[in-house]
Amino acid sequence: MSKTVDARGLSCPQPVLMTLDEIRSAQAAELLILVDNEASKENVSRAVANQGWKVADIDEDGGEFRIRAQKG
Amino acid sequence: MKNIFATRWGIIGVGAIIGVLAALLQYFGNPANMGVCVACFVRDITGATGLHRAAVVQYMRPEIIGFIIGALGAALVFREFKPRGGSAPIARFVLGAFAMIGALVFLGCPWRAMLRLAGGDLNAVLGLAGLAGGIWIGTLFLKNGYSLGRAKVFPWAAGWIMPAIAAGFLVLMLLNPPIAGEGKSGVLFYSVSGPGSMYAPFAVSLGIGLFIGILAQRSRFCTMGAIRDLLLFRQVHLLSGALALLVFAFIANLALGQFNPGFENQPVAHTSHAWNALGMVLAGLAFALAGGCPGRQLFLSGEGDGDAAIFVIGMIAGAAFSHNFGLASSPAGVGPHGIAAVVVGLAVCAAIGFTMKEKRS
Repeated sequence: MSKTVDARGLSCPQPVLMTLDEIRSAQAAELLILVDNEASKENVSRAVANQGWKVADIDEDGGEFRIRAQKG
Repeated sequence: MKNIFATRWGIIGVGAIIGVLAALLQYFGNPANMGVCVACFVRDITGATGLHRAAVVQYMRPEIIGFIIGALGAALVFREFKPRGGSAPIARFVLGAFAMIGALVFLGCPWRAMLRLAGGDLNAVLGLAGLAGGIWIGTLFLKNGYSLGRAKVFPWAAGWIMPAIAAGFLVLMLLNPPIAGEGKSGVLFYSVSGPGSMYAPFAVSLGIGLFIGILAQRSRFCTMGAIRDLLLFRQVHLLSGALALLVFAFIANLALGQFNPGFENQPVAHTSHAWNALGMVLAGLAFALAGGCPGRQLFLSGEGDGDAAIFVIGMIAGAAFSHNFGLASSPAGVGPHGIAAVVVGLAVCAAIGFTMKEKRS
């Protein structure tokens, strides 16, 4: 099951907080995290890796990033 | 393309370079333990434009101008320039003002707190402890859903306003250069004594400012985030950069003979331990609620972030209030109304922290 975290328009640390909330709730094995700046992309990717998850891929579209994270 | 500055060694390298450059700026003439103090230098710019008239802290610091324009350049080259804003601007203005008021009770932003410690000023330990305490309070608000709301994409030109203001300040300085022994040159005020009269050569200050602006934009260097991410996520990425700044500034100070350990008679510092700490509690809380230390807010404003720009304008207003109302400390101790301002500031920040939440759809 995949779940989407929409953190567009938010800046650090909120995209990371929202992502970690979902990871810790353990509802989904895959998350799609939407962010709209490079710093958030880097922060979310780093936080996901720290939780033992992995970033499967990142799509960029017009300055927006879709980060697909999977349970490791 | 991988951003090497966003790696662990990248952020450590950036912190180390800033630490060494700050010590060198002091060697070249900037005030002691104030190589690049973001709060102090924004306050000096506020004085240079006459928005406050504290005669000892008036100078159009080219480092700050360089930070904004350097970050703009890096953001343009790496396609990260993105005009945006509209996330509770008036709250950010107030946070910027009280962040500055708190920092000027301590006499320094987080950057200077580390530079003071690296120069042997042990009063900075109290300031750093207060900073961590303020940021910790901020993380409690964040955990409880505090948010200033989402930013929106702005028209392209809106992102250029803050860099244009910085460029305008640069032009003003070139048109009205300092005149030895004169307190005013054209429209700009210049200190003839005190910290405002101490500065590195213009080209050195501007060049180092631009260089740091580029590095910090690429690395997302942030001294508030360093402590916040440790407390909130147990992440040490940004912290490793901040610690590198401290360690390398210390080494550079030793090499340059600028290390003088102790509490008493430290440059541009006072020994009121409680207010050194509480001033930085206020500043740390305001930075945490606004999402960045004063340096980071400057770099973001160069990237086109209008919300960060409003925070910077708030810092300028806060500096003006600080010196016009006797809120700022001096080496003699806290200002006549500094304590009242810290109490009011903490109450205002708490009110913002408790009331600002994003509506979850």
